[in-house]
Amino acid sequence: MSKNKQQADIRSHRLDKDQIARNFGDLHPPLSRSEALIAADRCYFCFDAPCTTACPTGIDIPGFIQKIRSDNIRGSAHTILGENIMGGMCARVCPTEVLCEDACVRNTHEEKPVEIGLLQRYATDPVFDQGTPLFSRAAATGKKVAVVGAGPAGLSCAHRLAMLGHDVVVLNRDDKPGGLNEYGIAAYKTVDDFAQKEVEYILSIGGIELRKGETLGKDFTLQDLRDSYDAVFIGIGLGSTNTLGLDHETLPGVDSAIEYIAEIRQSDDLGKLPVGRRVVVIGGGMTAIDIALQSKRLGAELVDIVYRRGPEQMGASRYEQDLAQTNGVTIHHWAKPVELLGDDHVTTIRFERTALDSNGRLTSHGDGFELTADTVFKAIGQILDVGVLGKDAAGLEIRHDRIVVNEAGRTTLPDVWAGGDCVAGGDDLTVTAVQQGKVAAIDIDRRLRGE
Amino acid sequence: MADLKTTFLGISSPNPFWLASAPPTDKAYNVNRAFEAGWGGAVWKTLGEDPPIVNVSGPRYSAIHSNERRVIGFNNIELITDRPLQTNLDEMRQIKQDWPDRALVASVMLPMNEPTWAKYLPMVEETGIDAFELNFGCPHGMSERGMGAAVGQVPEYIQMAAEWAKKAASVPVIVKLTPNVTNILPPAKAALDGGADAVSLINTINSIMRVDYDSLTMYPTTDGMGTHGGYCGEAVKPIALNMVAEIARTKETRSLPISGIGGISDWRDAVDFLALGASNVQVCTAAMVYGFKIIDDLVDGLNNFLDDKQLTLDELIGKAVPSVTDWQYLNLNYVEKAVIDQELCIQCGRCHVVCEDTSHQAITHTVNGERRFEVIDSECVGCNLCVSVCPVEGCISMHQLTEGIDPRTGETISPEKADWTTHRNNPMRKTK
Ligand SMILES: Cc1cc2nc3c(=O)[nH]c(=O)nc-3n(C[C@H](O)[C@H](O)[C@H](O)COP(=O)(O)OP(=O)(O)OC[C@H]3O[C@@H](n4cnc5c(N)ncnc54)[C@H](O)[C@@H]3O)c2cc1C
Ligand SMILES: Cc1cc2nc3c(=O)[nH]c(=O)nc-3n(C[C@H](O)[C@H](O)[C@H](O)COP(=O)(O)O)c2cc1C
Ligand code: SF4
Repeated sequence: MSKNKQQADIRSHRLDKDQIARNFGDLHPPLSRSEALIAADRCYFCFDAPCTTACPTGIDIPGFIQKIRSDNIRGSAHTILGENIMGGMCARVCPTEVLCEDACVRNTHEEKPVEIGLLQRYATDPVFDQGTPLFSRAAATGKKVAVVGAGPAGLSCAHRLAMLGHDVVVLNRDDKPGGLNEYGIAAYKTVDDFAQKEVEYILSIGGIELRKGETLGKDFTLQDLRDSYDAVFIGIGLGSTNTLGLDHETLPGVDSAIEYIAEIRQSDDLGKLPVGRRVVVIGGGMTAIDIALQSKRLGAELVDIVYRRGPEQMGASRYEQDLAQTNGVTIHHWAKPVELLGDDHVTTIRFERTALDSNGRLTSHGDGFELTADTVFKAIGQILDVGVLGKDAAGLEIRHDRIVVNEAGRTTLPDVWAGGDCVAGGDDLTVTAVQQGKVAAIDIDRRLRGE
Repeated sequence: MADLKTTFLGISSPNPFWLASAPPTDKAYNVNRAFEAGWGGAVWKTLGEDPPIVNVSGPRYSAIHSNERRVIGFNNIELITDRPLQTNLDEMRQIKQDWPDRALVASVMLPMNEPTWAKYLPMVEETGIDAFELNFGCPHGMSERGMGAAVGQVPEYIQMAAEWAKKAASVPVIVKLTPNVTNILPPAKAALDGGADAVSLINTINSIMRVDYDSLTMYPTTDGMGTHGGYCGEAVKPIALNMVAEIARTKETRSLPISGIGGISDWRDAVDFLALGASNVQVCTAAMVYGFKIIDDLVDGLNNFLDDKQLTLDELIGKAVPSVTDWQYLNLNYVEKAVIDQELCIQCGRCHVVCEDTSHQAITHTVNGERRFEVIDSECVGCNLCVSVCPVEGCISMHQLTEGIDPRTGETISPEKADWTTHRNNPMRKTK
């Protein structure tokens, strides 16, 4: 370890208040009515619309756009939220450039798809602003379902179950509901406390009891729930951050991106947050982009992302990569960290060049480079804390540290369903979590009705 | 550059674009600006008897918009000029003096008795105007008083008034026709029989724009009540073109020179009117929506078009008239099929939806398990619906079958023409 005694430069108030406010304002401001009408007019109302197929929740996109054209905004919102109760959040956070908008036939000749995300926001914003009731509950079934986790998966599942007439108890570890909508999504994607507004709306259907500070594996076990409820849905997301597997990983200044993002999201005065002058981010997903960009927007001078593979393999979409780069973030590909340097605080991180060998496996070259850093953020993914599932985990099939479910969300335990980031085979998107929660609710309902 | 100088009824103007009688020609101020901008002529806002009429002081106009707020159709309940006759006459005299090379036409609307016509027309003519246009067209307000469309809908009245006008005037007389009739030919014929030198058409079409979705009253209203108005602008062009072509192709009326009006907003619209038989054109709504400056594109566009086609303006006039005929003379042996250019196709599938739902189930959506839209020749009737709805210009086109068998009917394609008049299914067919 080198004897580098350089002081870490980590400070708050790097930027003035107005600049911070501008940096953390709406990334994509909402459309005005006239903008929305013009955007809606660009929809061709395709047969068997490719955008609808591309949407994980299968929203009838041409259908809702048609309703925007005729000023039937409430009807439009119903079309959206009926398939995806978090259509408001999804309108803000979905990587539409790889989902619906990527499928838009307008791309063929114009490379400019219909602005589906923004139109979806236009149609749904009034519902959340005004609390317009769009859904009601079916006759009570007398069944009670426990939902663990109040993230997108859990809340979507709870809402659909409530609609179908079941009573739901949602047990959530965190104080605030919403999961990563509240603690993870980049601040400029969901301004004005939208995550909580959305949760309030979801709960307003009735029949859902939300209990906070209730942690599976600590305050109760899966077996407890199976004993006292007719069905259980697990939507606990992912827990701890992966480790780099390097020495000195506990060195001050080597931080979890997720934890810092949560701090940003919960801060009521962003200027107060201390941020390094030189920030290095390890990872290639949405989290890596988000921590890099938000550090930059808090005033970090030099922000580098280092990813061990190429741009195509990055979990973050091309659009997100471009966004980072146009905001002054440097992205290095094909390099992996090998050494953290610093005495009482990290000062430097050393990388080795990587490449794919003839078998497609990642290898490293030996040669490499160093980056000086006041902060190193680990954004290399999270894993499920299988431990919280307790001894019931024995009956649950787990693969690659995630719960295995079938296409209806059933686990290998007959009365337990799961969805969202904690299940195997997903793509770690809000919209997928919502879909999995919905699909599971429909299957739970069928099962409880004895169909 | 093509020469756009036009002579209509012996009246010359630097181009064939006149402003129609309406707000743009309401007073000297406007007409001056229009002539400065380059308009070839102006038909002054319709004059009536003194004391002048009054207009409502609430909304006179309303529009149908596209989502980009483009005005597609326009409605008005405005009456004829609401200024004293003498004021108008003084200004007209001055304009004609200041702009001797432009056409200045006086539009008039008078009650149905000859002495009135004999009294007013000489007074108006004395200003130096080039012609009269008799307004038998306004469908609202004035028609309740027995003028405007109330005259234009009765051929006998048209003829009578035209005769009075011809007697009282020494300059040419143009009769402006109302489209609010089931057949435009009798009014046109009546104008001709009455001695009119030309017809102009169309005036506006009876219309109610919509209701107000809050109050559930018609929209717009004057103090809660509304009345039908006259519809014009882009949306009415096809209706006007048909009427113009009918007059131009019918033996009894085709000697009448036509001034074409209705929905002209760019030079292509003017080409439509001219090719279908109009000798010049008049514009109102487009000027009211975009201002006088549109004359630049009208003149420039028509010029370039004529140059490209190597046509003179005179050669363009009436060029398309011989292509208009009755349905019964269309060649029923002629067969076209739609062809989709797969290179251009963006796979929206609209052609499939519309053909499947409302036409002839002649377009696939899947071929060999892949999303693909292809025309099934054995079902395609050649209706052109898919071409009409396809968002990509040129992607779907109609191709003629010139030989072989039409896979839809099983009949051999015949090079002979054969129309309904001789068709075997026609009980009234003519035998050769
Ligand atoms: C930084 C970051 C940025 C992202 N940005 C985007 C984006 O822009 N667009 C996008 O589509 N996706 C994004 N994602 C992914 C998206 O947030 C997740 O896929 C989605 O939130 C998963 O929902 P979930 O319900 O499965 O889990 P979570 O959102 O993680 O919610 C899990 C819930 O379970 C609770 N919980 C956890 N453990 C327990 C326990 N033991 N007992 C009880 N409750 C528990 C938590 O309190 C939480 O409320 C991002 C993710 C991260 C980390
Ligand atoms: C507001 C308004 C007022 C009009 N007033 C008259 C009029 O006084 N006399 C007349 O002959 N036609 C009048 N018209 C009809 C126009 O001259 C013209 O025939 C009709 O609008 C169709 O042409 P356009 O589609 O170019 O507007 C008026 C039209 C409008 C819109
Ligand atoms: S021309 Fe008409 S019938 Fe033929 S494919 Fe097109 S829509 Fe169908």
